[in-house]
Amino acid sequence: MSEGVVKKFMFVNRKSPYGTVYALESLEVVLISAAFDQDVSLVFMDDGVYQLKKGQQTKGIENKNFSPTYRALDGYDIEKLYVEQESLDARGLTEDDLLVDVTVLSKADMGKLMDDMDVVLSF
Amino acid sequence: MKFAIMINEGPYQHQATDSAYLFCKAALDKGHEIRRVFFYHDGVNNASSLTEPPQDDRNIVARWSKLAEEHKLDLVVCVAAALRRGIQEENLAPGFRISGLGQLVEAGIEADRLVTFGD
Repeated sequence: MSEGVVKKFMFVNRKSPYGTVYALESLEVVLISAAFDQDVSLVFMDDGVYQLKKGQQTKGIENKNFSPTYRALDGYDIEKLYVEQESLDARGLTEDDLLVDVTVLSKADMGKLMDDMDVVLSF
Repeated sequence: MKFAIMINEGPYQHQATDSAYLFCKAALDKGHEIRRVFFYHDGVNNASSLTEPPQDDRNIVARWSKLAEEHKLDLVVCVAAALRRGIQEENLAPGFRISGLGQLVEAGIEADRLVTFGD
């Protein structure tokens, strides 16, 4: 029924990676969406930018470090990763602190990008 | 209009499922179609048949089951999220079914609007 339809999906990640399960379970949806040949974009803003922080070590909190998965996303043809400039600035981070290549956009440009989407899922 | 609904929070803890339920009822009353309701994150707890709220409170789980029966709603619980939280076929309330995340993506493709409820 949905065969052949390509929609613009956007996954908006707004929360830090380990304080809640949202980030991990968002990533699970993202990976599944790749199997549906949709036009997928990922956004990282607010504390969500921490999901892409280099050098995550989770042994002390006995959680699985799932950050290497972000590096595997291009293998699933998920290559549109956007990070909000203001969120990086507010946390003293720069693009060099992130473990994948991203496009950094201002809050205003991010809004325009979102406006262009068919389905926006916020986690 | 054809809606798909996503619920990301558990019952009683959070308003999300109450709002989603009332939204579904209002949409159905207006003649819209609810293509699917997908339960994710702690939202899977909305499907637990073990839920027993006090008599004088709304029964959120039973309410979904009733709405599903009345309107032939497709209530889908994410299998991975469910197993993490102890929701299985044995304690699944009537009207719910357990399936994969592909059902969420498919609902997003097929519906005119995917509306999410949660933080």
